[in-house]
Amino acid sequence: MISTATATHAANLPRHGRRRFRAARIDWASLVGTGVTGFATLLIVTILAVILGNIVINGLPYVSWRFVSTGTATDMFDVNKAGILPMIFGTTARVILMTLFVLPMGVLTAIYLTEYARIHSPFTRIIRSAVNNLAGVPSIVFGLFGAGFFVRFIGHGMDSAFHSGGATVWGQPALLWASATLAVMTLPVVIIATEESLRAIPQGLREASLALGATKLETIIKIVLPQAVPGIMTGAILAISRAAGEVAPILFTGAAYYMRDLPKSLHDQFMDLGYHIFILSTQSPNVDKTRPLLYATVLVLLCLTFMLNIVAIFVRANMRKKMRMLH
Amino acid sequence: MAESILPAITVAPARQPAGTPPILIEAQNLSLFYGAAQALKNISLSIGEKVVTAFIGPSGCGKSTLLRCFNRMNDLIDNVRTQGTVKIAEQDINSPEIDVIELRKRVGMVFQKSNPFPKSIYENVAYGMRLQGVSKTSELNAAVEESLRQAALWDEVKDRLHTSGLGLSGGQQQRLCIARAIAIKPEIILMDEPASALDPIATTRVEELILDLKKDFTIVIVTHNMQQAARISDFTAFFYLGELIEYGATAKIFTNPAKKQTEDYVTGRFG
Amino acid sequence: MGLRRGHRAKPIEWLAEKLIFVVSLSAILIVFLIFIFIGREALPVVFGQMNTALVQKTIPVDQMDKLSPAQFQDYLGLTKEQFASMDRDTLKTLMELKIESTKESSTDKDASVNTAQWRYLLSPHRWTGYDAPKYIWQPVSNIPKYNIIPLIIGSLKVTIVALIFAVPIALAAAIYVSQLARPRVREFAKPIIELLAGIPSVVLGFFALIVMATVLQHIFRTQSRLNALCAGIALGFSVIPVVFSIAEDALTSVPRSYVQAALALGASKWKAASQVVLPAAIPGVFAAVALGFGRAVGETMIVLMASGNASIVSWHFFDSTRTITATIAAELGEVVFGSAHYRVLFLIGVLLFAVTFLTNMTADIVMNRLKIRIEGKR
Repeated sequence: MISTATATHAANLPRHGRRRFRAARIDWASLVGTGVTGFATLLIVTILAVILGNIVINGLPYVSWRFVSTGTATDMFDVNKAGILPMIFGTTARVILMTLFVLPMGVLTAIYLTEYARIHSPFTRIIRSAVNNLAGVPSIVFGLFGAGFFVRFIGHGMDSAFHSGGATVWGQPALLWASATLAVMTLPVVIIATEESLRAIPQGLREASLALGATKLETIIKIVLPQAVPGIMTGAILAISRAAGEVAPILFTGAAYYMRDLPKSLHDQFMDLGYHIFILSTQSPNVDKTRPLLYATVLVLLCLTFMLNIVAIFVRANMRKKMRMLH
Repeated sequence: MAESILPAITVAPARQPAGTPPILIEAQNLSLFYGAAQALKNISLSIGEKVVTAFIGPSGCGKSTLLRCFNRMNDLIDNVRTQGTVKIAEQDINSPEIDVIELRKRVGMVFQKSNPFPKSIYENVAYGMRLQGVSKTSELNAAVEESLRQAALWDEVKDRLHTSGLGLSGGQQQRLCIARAIAIKPEIILMDEPASALDPIATTRVEELILDLKKDFTIVIVTHNMQQAARISDFTAFFYLGELIEYGATAKIFTNPAKKQTEDYVTGRFG
Repeated sequence: MGLRRGHRAKPIEWLAEKLIFVVSLSAILIVFLIFIFIGREALPVVFGQMNTALVQKTIPVDQMDKLSPAQFQDYLGLTKEQFASMDRDTLKTLMELKIESTKESSTDKDASVNTAQWRYLLSPHRWTGYDAPKYIWQPVSNIPKYNIIPLIIGSLKVTIVALIFAVPIALAAAIYVSQLARPRVREFAKPIIELLAGIPSVVLGFFALIVMATVLQHIFRTQSRLNALCAGIALGFSVIPVVFSIAEDALTSVPRSYVQAALALGASKWKAASQVVLPAAIPGVFAAVALGFGRAVGETMIVLMASGNASIVSWHFFDSTRTITATIAAELGEVVFGSAHYRVLFLIGVLLFAVTFLTNMTADIVMNRLKIRIEGKR
């Protein structure tokens, strides 16, 4: 027997008639909401397309083999004669050197955080905090740090120690210092990517290894690290891609506007793609004449960073697929 | 590799069922705390050599925790405290003189969720031996074959030893894990619900395997499947909420238990 | 069973663990070093030890013999090597020259002002040749002026433009991609938007300078081609992926069970998203905006190339403007090491670092609280 209250309540619900599940009126809020947010997404994609499109259209005609494989002998602003090989070389050199510095530091730190650290110890939280903070430091501050610490402090120190005649060899902007500065800047990227891949390894594998009588170190070296290699690679590639495009940190630590020869040693300065773009944009005598050159250089830099990014995305997706097999 | 087991020691505590094999593992007043919560309450029990002992009880009653005390895998968890002693072959395994790495080489473990390494079948089984420095191919080959035969897996994988262990079916993976564990010839094998994730056919094969293995190994198995315990174990311990309620020969526990709680559980009145 | 062996049997294990621990301290060490090394260059200005007044107390030539070598170097601004290479007559001439030039410049009433003092760094001052007190940053001039207010305002202006432009778009897109779009669309859209993050800032600056500035000038008929609006929008391009990623993550980590409960009660996807998911993800969204702010305020190349670099105090967004980051980037290459200009540049660097550091800590704390809340509920 249905109580009167229920009966009244039932009577008050909207009657839908025969088509019981049709909506009574249009849900404007949802339509607008979905429309606006979808439009925002589309807008972002459009912005990306416009920027890329503009660069590709204006730059592609001027990118030639000669362009990327020769140096600038005479006029840096002449489209037909300029070449960006020294810039490509400089960018590549500093990025490779940076990787040599940052990979060991970053991977070891990530190993500590995932395998050894106690979860609730204050130390762990401080390290995590420091890593997150480093990730947010402005790139120009890294430039200042590189100038104040690497160039002036360590560089000068090295000069006083090794070249007591007063020669300035290390105490000035150099390839070594620019790479070190970039290593400091990309450290969080490597740490976070490595940590992600270490965490994705199921705990069961470690337990199985330990239950067979392996030590923690043996477990890490034989079981954990081999599985983490794709993640580490992702981190390295992302770091490289980010560092290749950064200009602010190398402004005072090693980038040069013009150098006759390629850098021959770690204490030489170097030319750089990003820096070159900056100089061409802001200091060329005739902007219209330089425009094609600018676009071509930008296109090359963009290709470089994008290729690296895409490779990283693939490696990461592959790794995730393989990890799912383990679970 | 493994040294011979010390001769049997006759003990006659109340917990020791009559007509028993020599004692290998002995827990005395063992309590374990996760932080403030007590997971094991004053457990005292003796496990015999070369028999199958089953731990049964409802979920969360501490069976797996107790099992993990025997190879000190609980050490890996933060915030764990133990009181009381665990002795294996008369040695207190928690004393500071004991090398826990050595302990784990003598006390093997098979987990609930099979966890073969992402390596080849061969390398999975050979892992433990490589850890101990065995590198001669002939020795490794012989040991891998013997373990896989003992685990009743050899015929199925002998032609693909160098393919990935992850390519096997669930039941095969678990037998691979068993092969991996027995390859280093431990004296004791601890099994934590080894068949709970397997289908009935695979479960049967694992159970047959266990009955076969008890010739050479002492086996302690945690299971929530009472019929399984009744099928394969010689001795059974019933746990409830961290306490050992009753321990005895399997036949007795299932047909004529001494405690009412045990009877209620095995007849399915709760659990 | 022969289990006896020393517990720490392998020194290599112990060594390896210690080594790994030490290396992992490097992150903390670096943060400290940044503080220390940038701070140390700025310290003399902070403590008011730099004196840039043109007119300084002169020492009469006949007092020459009372000065120690260190005092000479200080007074005449010489290095050790320069001082060592000079003889008494040269020094005498230098002192006389100094007295001469001091007399000349003392016609300007500002000449005796130590412009590196805090009150000139922050408050307006009526300089010679101006008719009202003004905030002026003009380090390269006879009387160097180091007021940092125009720079702070410049940074704020472009940041505000960037945030107003980027945050609504990024948040809306995050809501769409995370809650409303079909999974296929999500798989597509997320990496594409993250590709935007892969564009180097120098390329965005270039795009703003060459393309956007012209377009904006056509649309708005502004006086300066390069201005805060142009730089702000380009800055927004680089902020969008940051806010999007973090907000999208936060929205996605709201437990699906909430959404399904709402849907089961008859809510549309949009209603579930806006009424259930978004409120639950507010801490994450807040952190996203905070980090977006940090990114905007710290960005250098875009503003350096697209904001016009006029250090004036004006809240007009169509005026050319100069930010803290652009100032450091543009001027540090040309300063004399150890001079007041050099030190003030480091000072604003410290200021910038402090602001982003605090922003990051706040975002960190908020994210941690969010994690605890989610894990607590489970």
